[in-house]
Amino acid sequence: MLKGLRQRNQANAQASRTSITRRTLMLGGAQVAVVAALGLRMRHMQLERADEFRMLADGNSIKIRLIPPARGLIYDRNGLLLAGNEQNYRVTMTREDAEDVPGELAALRRLIPMTDEEAAALLEEIDRRPANAPITLADRLSWEQFCSVSINTPALPGISPEVGLSRHYPHGADFAHVLGYVGPVSDYDLSKLENPDPLLRIPRFQLGKSGIEAKLEDELRGKAGQRRVEVNSAGREMRELSRREGDPGVALQLTLDARLQNFAMQRLAGESAATVVMDVTNGDIMAIASAPSFDPNLFVRGISGADYTALMENDHRPLADKTVQGVYPPGSTFKLVTLLAALEAGVIGPEETVYCPGYVTVGGRRFNCWKHSGHGRVNSVFSLEQSCDSYYYEVSQRVGIEAIAAMAKRLGIGVKHDLPMSAVAEGNAPTKDWKLKRYGKDWLIGDTINASIGQGYVLASPLQLAVMASRVASGRAIAPRLVRARDGVEVPAPEASALDIDPRHLAVARRGMWAVVNGSHGTAGGSKVVAEEWLMAGKTGTSQVRSAVVNNKAVPWIQRDHALFICFAPFDAPKYAVALIVEHGGGGSAAAAPIARDILLFALAGGLPPLSAYPSAQRETIKTRFEALDLIDPAQFAAPTRGRA
Amino acid sequence: MSYLENNLKTIPTGPTKILFLNWPLIFLLTAVAGAGFLMLYSVAGGNLETWAEPQMKRFGVGIVAMIAVGMTPIWFWRNVSGVIYTVALLLLLAVEFFGDIGMGAQRWLDLGPVRLQPSEIMKIGLVMLLAAYYDWLPTEKVSSPIWVLVPVTLILMPTFLVLTQPDLGTAVMLTLGGGFVMFAAGVSLWYFGTVIALIVGLVATVLESRGTSWQLLHDYQFKRIDTFLDPAADPLGAGYNIMQAQIALGSGGWSGRGFMQGTQSHLNFLPEKHTDFIFTTLAEEFGFIGAFGLLTLYAGIIAFATYTALSTKDRYASLVSLGVAGTFFFFFAINMGMVMGLMPVVGVPLPMVSYGGTAMMILLAAFGLVQSAHVHRPR
Repeated sequence: MLKGLRQRNQANAQASRTSITRRTLMLGGAQVAVVAALGLRMRHMQLERADEFRMLADGNSIKIRLIPPARGLIYDRNGLLLAGNEQNYRVTMTREDAEDVPGELAALRRLIPMTDEEAAALLEEIDRRPANAPITLADRLSWEQFCSVSINTPALPGISPEVGLSRHYPHGADFAHVLGYVGPVSDYDLSKLENPDPLLRIPRFQLGKSGIEAKLEDELRGKAGQRRVEVNSAGREMRELSRREGDPGVALQLTLDARLQNFAMQRLAGESAATVVMDVTNGDIMAIASAPSFDPNLFVRGISGADYTALMENDHRPLADKTVQGVYPPGSTFKLVTLLAALEAGVIGPEETVYCPGYVTVGGRRFNCWKHSGHGRVNSVFSLEQSCDSYYYEVSQRVGIEAIAAMAKRLGIGVKHDLPMSAVAEGNAPTKDWKLKRYGKDWLIGDTINASIGQGYVLASPLQLAVMASRVASGRAIAPRLVRARDGVEVPAPEASALDIDPRHLAVARRGMWAVVNGSHGTAGGSKVVAEEWLMAGKTGTSQVRSAVVNNKAVPWIQRDHALFICFAPFDAPKYAVALIVEHGGGGSAAAAPIARDILLFALAGGLPPLSAYPSAQRETIKTRFEALDLIDPAQFAAPTRGRA
Repeated sequence: MSYLENNLKTIPTGPTKILFLNWPLIFLLTAVAGAGFLMLYSVAGGNLETWAEPQMKRFGVGIVAMIAVGMTPIWFWRNVSGVIYTVALLLLLAVEFFGDIGMGAQRWLDLGPVRLQPSEIMKIGLVMLLAAYYDWLPTEKVSSPIWVLVPVTLILMPTFLVLTQPDLGTAVMLTLGGGFVMFAAGVSLWYFGTVIALIVGLVATVLESRGTSWQLLHDYQFKRIDTFLDPAADPLGAGYNIMQAQIALGSGGWSGRGFMQGTQSHLNFLPEKHTDFIFTTLAEEFGFIGAFGLLTLYAGIIAFATYTALSTKDRYASLVSLGVAGTFFFFFAINMGMVMGLMPVVGVPLPMVSYGGTAMMILLAAFGLVQSAHVHRPR
C-alpha cells in the first residue's frame, strides 16, 4: 500500500511540477515586466525630468511664458513693405517681484526721462493691475537707455528690460485708413471676446484696432509660442527649460500699389478728398486714398492728447475714411444709372431726344437744369456729355424709381461691398418702401426727379462709384478686392460674370462718358488725355450740399458743393477706373477731373505720366505741379525678404 | 504524505542544515534591511533612536526567526497551515471588536507586551493555507468550480474583515497574494480572465456613469480619480502627497543629493516619510543609482525565492515559496508604483525598509518558509 501511495505521489509530483513550472514562468514574465516598468519610470523621473523636479524641490518655480508671434507683414502688390515690425526696447515692472515700487520707479527715472504726470499715472496703473502682471514702464527706449537699465537690474528687483516687436508703418499717413493701425489691447477689447486668445492677456499686446489690421486680425496675429522658464523666488528668470516658437501671422500681399497710393495722396493734399483706383479687369483696388490722413504710428505708440485733439478738431476730418465710410450724393455721376435704367425699360431709345428748355415743371413745381438757357434737343449721349438735368428729369418719370434703384444695385451702389476695411458703408439706392420705412412718408414724384441726378436720398461712397465705373467700363460684375496673396499664395480673383445689362446700352453709356471728356461740349473737356493709347472717358458730378445753387466762391468752404469725377481708360480696352471726390470742391469738372486724370495716367504709365499725354497747352502747368510733388523712392521700402519674415 | 517525507535520506539533518540555507537570499534581505536602517536614520534627522534602532532590533529577531523556521521541516509548516490561518482569522475578528485605532483605522491588537497587527499574519497564513490546500487537492481538480470556490472563500473572508477596518492596501494585498497562489497552482486561466474582464468592465461602467443620471460614484470620488490621473491638477489638495513625493523622487537625479542631504523629506514636505513614502527619501538622497539598486535587490530576492520554488519537487514547498515571493513582490511593486505616480495611493509599505516591526518580522518569518523549502529538498 505504501508502494502504491509512493507511486501516486511520484506521478502527482511530476504533473504538479510541470504545471507549477509553466505557471511560474508566466508569473515570472509578468514580474519582470512590472520591474522593468518601475525601472523605466525611475529613469523617466530621475534622469529625464530630473532638472524640472530639482527646481521644484529647490523652491523655485516653473512658469509658462507666452512668446508673442511676429505679426504678419503687409506688402503692396510689388512687394513693398506697408506694415512691418520693429524692435522695441522697453522696461516692465511686476509688482509682486518688486521690493519698493515708488523707490524703484524713482531710481528708474534717473536713467530714463519721465515726466511727473507719467510717473504718477504709472504708479496708479501698477496699483490697479494684478500683482503678477508686468506693466510697461517705458518703451521705445534708445539702445543706450536700454543698456543703462539692463546694467542696473540687480538693484531694481521686479524691473526687467525686454525686447519686443512693435508694429511700424513705413509709409506713415499714406495707408492709414486702409491698413488701420494696431494698439494695446484694452479691457474693452477683451470684454467683446467670448474666449480671448491668451496672447491678448499680455500687457500692451498689439491688436488691430481698425482697417485691415482689425478686420484680418485673426490671420495677422499668428499663434503664440511657449517658453517654460525657471523663475527664482525673486521672480527673475533663471533659465529657459524649453521653447516652442509660435507661428508668425500670415504675410498679406495687398492689391494696392504703394507708389500709386503715394501719388494719389500727394495729389489730394490740401483737400478733403477721397479716391479709389480699381483694375476693371479683376477688381483689384490699386489705390484707396482718403485725405487728409494721419500718421498711424502715432496710435501705435499711444497718441498724445494734443495730437488727438488736433485730429478731432480738424474740419477736414483726417480720421474719417472717406473712401468706404463716407457717403455722398453722387450727383451727375448717377446719371449713368438713370440712363441705363431708362434704356433697359425701353422708355427712351438711345437716339430719341428730349427737349430741354432749361427747366422741367412737374406737379406745379419747377426743376431747373444747371444750364438755365436750356440745352435744346438732347439725346442719350449728349445728355451725358453736357450733363443735361432736364433729360433725366423727364426719363426718370417714365422709368420710375424702382427700376433706377435696381439698376443702381446692379452697378454696385446701395450694396455693401465685402472689403476688410472698417465701417464699409452701404450707401443708399432709395425705393418707395425704403422711404416709407425710414420716414413713414409716401414717395413723391419730386423724389424720383431728385434721385435721377444723384441728389436727394441717393448716397454712394467713392468705392461704390469706382465699382460702378469699373462695371460700366468692363461690362462685368467686377467686385473690389484688397488681398492679393497670403503667405505668397495667390488668392484667385473672383470670377466676375457678365453684367445683366444689354451690352448695347453699356456702349451708349461709355460713348457718353467718352464725350464728357473728349466731346466738343464735354463737361470735362479740360481734362482730356491726348495720348491715343490712353484715351479717357468719364463723368463729372457736382453734388449739392445745400438746396440752392449759389456761386461756390461766395459761400464758406463747408457749404460749397462736392466735386466728383469717375473715369476709366484706355477707352478701347479699359484697364483702370478711378472715382474721386473733393469735398466742398465746387464743380466736378474743375476740382475733381484734373486730379482723377493724373491718378489714372499714373496707374496706366506705372509712374509719373509723360507730359505728352496731356494737351500741349497744359503741359507747363502739369510739369510745375509734378515737380512740386515729393514722391517716394520704392527702393527705400523694398522688403528685406518676401513672404514670412 | 508529502513527496519529501519519502526521500528523507537526501535531506540534511541536525545543525548542519544551517549550511544548506539559501544564503544569497539572506544576504539580499539583509542588504535591503540595511538600506532601510540608513533611510530611517536619515529621515529621523540623524537620530538613531527614533526609528532605526528599534527597526534593527526587530530585524535581528526576525532573522533568528527566519532561520528557526527554515530549520524546521517544511512538512511541519504544511501541517500547521490551517492552524495559523484560523488563528489569524480569529485575531482579525478580535481586532474588529477590541482593536486599537491607529492612523485612523483599526489594525492593532494589544496583547500586553506585544502589539500585533493580525492582518500581517494573515498575509502569510493565507498563502500557507492555500498552498496546503493545493498540495492536498489532486491536480486534476484544481479548475473545477466547486474546488475553486473554496480558496476564493478563504481569500474573501479575511479580505472582507480587513476592508471593514478599513485598510484598502492590505485588502488588495490579500486578494493579490491569494490569487497569485491560485494562479501558480494551475487554476484555469479562464477564471482569471473573467475576473479581470469583470473588473475592467466595472471600472469602465463607473467612469462612463460620470455626469449621467445614473452616476455610480459621488462627485468627490470622481475628483479623487482625477487627482490620481493628474496630481498636478490639484497640487494643494488631494494631489499634494503625490506631487511632493514625485518632486522629492525626481529631484534626486542620477546620483542623488547625498546621504542626509534630501531637502524635501527633511523639510517635512513629505507625508509619512518613514513609512509608506520612505522610498522617496531614498530616491532623493541616493538618486537613480540608489533607487534602481534597491529595485535590483528586490528583484534578486524574488529570483532566489522563485529558484527555491522551482528546485523543490514538493508541491506545498513550491507553492508556499512562490506565494511568499509573490506577496513580497506586490509589496514593493505597489509601493513604488504608488510613490512614482503609476498607481493610486493605497497604504502599502515598502517591504524591509518602511518602519514597522511586526510587518518586517512576519515577512522574515515568511522567508523562513522559503528557507525551509530550500533546506528540505532532495539533492
